Amino acid sequence: METLTVGYDVYEIRKQFPVLRRELKGKPLVYFDNAATSQKPQVVIDALVDYYSNYNANIHRGIHTLAEEATAAYESTREAARVFIGAGSVEEIIFTRGTTEGINLVTNTWGRANIREGDEIIISTLEHHSNIVPWQMLAVEKGAIIRVIPINENGEIQLEEYYKLLNERTRIVSIVHASNSLGVINPIKQVIDAAHQAGALVMIDGAQSTVHLDIDVTALDCDFFAFSSHKLYGPTGVGVLYGKKELLENMPPFHGGGEMIKEVSFEKTTYNDLPYKFEAGTPNIADTVAMKAAFEFINSIGKENIRRHENDLLVYGTGLLKNIKGVHIKGDVAEKVSVISFVVDNIHPQDLGILLDNQGIAVRTGSHCTMPLMQCLKINGTTRASFAAYNTREEIDKLAKGLEKAIKMLS
Amino acid sequence: MPGPIETIEQEIVEEFSLFDSWEDKYEYIIDMGKKLPPLNDAYKTEENKIKGCQSQVWMHSDLRDGKVYYEADSDAMIVKGLISMLVRVFSGQKPEDIVNAPVKFIDDIGMTSHLAQTRSNGLRAMLKQMKLDAVVWKTKQSGEQ
Repeated sequence: METLTVGYDVYEIRKQFPVLRRELKGKPLVYFDNAATSQKPQVVIDALVDYYSNYNANIHRGIHTLAEEATAAYESTREAARVFIGAGSVEEIIFTRGTTEGINLVTNTWGRANIREGDEIIISTLEHHSNIVPWQMLAVEKGAIIRVIPINENGEIQLEEYYKLLNERTRIVSIVHASNSLGVINPIKQVIDAAHQAGALVMIDGAQSTVHLDIDVTALDCDFFAFSSHKLYGPTGVGVLYGKKELLENMPPFHGGGEMIKEVSFEKTTYNDLPYKFEAGTPNIADTVAMKAAFEFINSIGKENIRRHENDLLVYGTGLLKNIKGVHIKGDVAEKVSVISFVVDNIHPQDLGILLDNQGIAVRTGSHCTMPLMQCLKINGTTRASFAAYNTREEIDKLAKGLEKAIKMLS
Repeated sequence: MPGPIETIEQEIVEEFSLFDSWEDKYEYIIDMGKKLPPLNDAYKTEENKIKGCQSQVWMHSDLRDGKVYYEADSDAMIVKGLISMLVRVFSGQKPEDIVNAPVKFIDDIGMTSHLAQTRSNGLRAMLKQMKLDAVVWKTKQSGEQ
């Protein structure tokens, strides 16, 4: 029996992903690099082709039919994104190039307008470089201070230590929802509530969590939330920044140009309303339109069903890998998304990655853009297998066998 | 005395031609990595480090009697095996021969992908650094003459 999830036909789902028919070095592709980017179902690919084949036009100002159709499709993705993350209004949904741009938008607009010398910004040890570097750049410019929430050896943030970091100088807490390196899910509701009590805002990096977990930004009460389309079966180059309306209204624009303005003269420019104030220039229309197909794909299976399936893979894979001599899982905790990150005694992750690739298995090795986390865990990197809706137990069996073989070859 | 660069490259290609499977090839590379004489810790400096994305590679070179001698090390075994082949090909050669060598054997043994940008394993950077060192030695040599 493939999966314990009743009514979940993983083989039917696999059929929707053309790339999974591919072979790698003469073996069927086993794609376990989903935390880096997921593969795309036919409906997403079709949406891209359909847009370029049938209604490609620049959006918003055109009065011809194609422009109207393109605008309608683009704006209907905004509504789909709003529903997908539980935002109150489409004015709070800003299209970006992805999570990284979403964070940079906040540091460059809200940050530059609000952060002053001596102010404090809190991040965690688990952060991706994308949620470290933009804040560092801001801190250097403004003379602000970065505080870092510590973790335990399992990669869990220490809430008590976090509460101690909060003070009257804390302006914002920017924290990852689920760690890309370890899969560990942070208790963000507690993080958000405590920050608000201290008078600070909270930005959530939802790059890894949005595909796996139910997101309700209204219930979470976070101030900003960013995610990328390409990690949730959608195209690359597009993502969403959610921000609370009253915050967005008071923030200066990010980029200047067309679309983000109301009136322009050489003396003065008035800015457009939300969300267009933050969307200068012709946006990535095709990928944005196709992102809606990705939301629909997830909704059609049901996030909870996918999560149950992925969790089955996570538990199964964790059990198998743990039994291999020399393998140590990093971030082996109860609350995690479907990521298994591990080290093997006396073996460099890169060697494992190369030998697994030769067996048709795609994993990620290295520091996963979280060098400070690796330094904290005192490792030079991990090998990471991350699962998606289309992965199977058989594939995990292949990973375990492939790993044993690689270890034998390297020992 | 090593033979000319092309001859050593040819030897390596012939050795690899004995293997039919990827496993055998990689086991041979891993074995060569294990056999590479360890680099003196004094040479494992930041200055001698060739930064790849994931694995670290250190390289040191000397000029003796008009020939360049290389020593190298890595914290990853397959890269170590690959660089041991570069050391075998280049060590004891004249600087100008190293600079001008086209280095075909990596392609010929089917390891081209390790030179690709995306691999970020330091092999490409290692090859470049070996050649740069040879240029430096060549310049110093002609300065002394």
